[in-house]
Amino acid sequence: MHHAVISHSPEQTADLARTIARDLAAGDVILLHGEIGAGKTHFARSLIQSLLEVPEDVPSPTFTLIQTYDTLKGEVWHADLYRLSSPDEAVELGLDEAFETAICLIEWPDRLEDLTPASALTMRFAARDDDSRSIELDWSDPRWTGRLNKVLS
Amino acid sequence: MPAPLTVLGLESSCDDTAAAVVRGQTVLSSVVFGQTDLHQAFGGVVPEIAARAHAEKLDICVERALAEADVGLSDIDVIAVTSGPGLIGGVLSGVMCAKGLSAATGTPLVGVNHLAGHALTPRLTDDLRFPYLMLLVSGGHCQFLIAHGPDRFERLGGTIDDAPGEAFDKAARMLGLAQPGGPSVEAQAKQGNEARFKFPRPLLDRPGCDLSFSGLKTALLRARDSLAAEQGGLTRRDVADLCAGFQAAIRDVLAEKTRRALVDYLALAPAAPTLAVAGGVAANMAIRGGLQAVCDESGTNFTAPPLRLCTDNAAMIAFAGAELYALGQRDDLTLSARPRWPLDKLAAPLVGSGKKGAKA
Repeated sequence: MHHAVISHSPEQTADLARTIARDLAAGDVILLHGEIGAGKTHFARSLIQSLLEVPEDVPSPTFTLIQTYDTLKGEVWHADLYRLSSPDEAVELGLDEAFETAICLIEWPDRLEDLTPASALTMRFAARDDDSRSIELDWSDPRWTGRLNKVLS
Repeated sequence: MPAPLTVLGLESSCDDTAAAVVRGQTVLSSVVFGQTDLHQAFGGVVPEIAARAHAEKLDICVERALAEADVGLSDIDVIAVTSGPGLIGGVLSGVMCAKGLSAATGTPLVGVNHLAGHALTPRLTDDLRFPYLMLLVSGGHCQFLIAHGPDRFERLGGTIDDAPGEAFDKAARMLGLAQPGGPSVEAQAKQGNEARFKFPRPLLDRPGCDLSFSGLKTALLRARDSLAAEQGGLTRRDVADLCAGFQAAIRDVLAEKTRRALVDYLALAPAAPTLAVAGGVAANMAIRGGLQAVCDESGTNFTAPPLRLCTDNAAMIAFAGAELYALGQRDDLTLSARPRWPLDKLAAPLVGSGKKGAKA
């Protein structure tokens, strides 16, 4: 399944993140593709902040690779895999297990290669000339269809 | 006067593995097993992702730190270890190693916040008195703190998105320059004209000391792409001018926010007003120059510890451990590793989008 939206502001992207967050459950994986500056971290930060019971900073995971949060919907993993050189390292970080037990938001998910969960929601972010963002959503797992139709209609 | 404590420090919260021995304000040894050579060899970043990798190196680091300091484990009064914040596997292996040493020798154990290590370093190097203003600016962190005591820090503001070190790294990635990005961008900027490209100064239009650097990244991306579209590529001059403009934006934002932080800090009427800067980005001479100029305006002293103590190291952890031990802190085998650990738990979390109103 495929859907495309245009976000005209960081606030609109945050709204989309908050809406998607509402229906998330353990075992959901969102793959965030896009160049530097496309808005991946902004989306992830907005999503996580909407799920936190006690507000706290959501730093960029670029340096620490993974940040985990205890949220209203269980554990959320926020990962930036840019610095990984092979999927083996993702296993060492415990990501394969987290895909089953946590909500995972993964930046630079191409590093996962064969480890990429088939049930994941793929989101592609791109900056457009007028500073808006195009956001494309692709999925094959039926779990996303009902939820996203509601969001994107 | 009692003899100064001899403290063994361990640090493994980021990419580097480190151990050090500090006695009083003397660094007897400081061993850092870094990744810089690997970065250069691979042209990218090969992180120490696994707890195992840190664990393998920690023993050797400790052994070498003790040997270089010419002391044995029996000479150590306190074992200090970074117990957060950072990549959890790394922090955990440091904490486990420290617990093992403590249990085997009966030496007291003190868990140290990595950021407190940075924030207390100016007391190790410059004997600063509280309260002083601290700008912590590194790859993963950017915040203004008033240091009131070894365990009391007041956050005046911080980045709501990226830290400057990360912004430099990503700028270097976008321009095809080597990692780590800070030194690459600074070297290019020296040859460049900072006035050619006008980058935004995010959040200057809003009150307070919070910072934002994510929008700068996007601005650089646009400038690069429009040049590439017009000319079919970037010249060396383009890259140098882009770097100069980018660095100038970061310098100006840090300088202006420092000016504001100084107002809050100077309201405390400190006896010897001082701004200290720590973290890897403190090595950038343009940024140092900007901060120095702001301090000069208000007659505030400006100090930056030497680079080897500004970047991640274990001497700062040992020193901070000694300060906390003196305050009575003792940890035991229940000490846990914390992936996130704000220095100022009372400060409001940094939320919101820096892009709002960020246009210069």
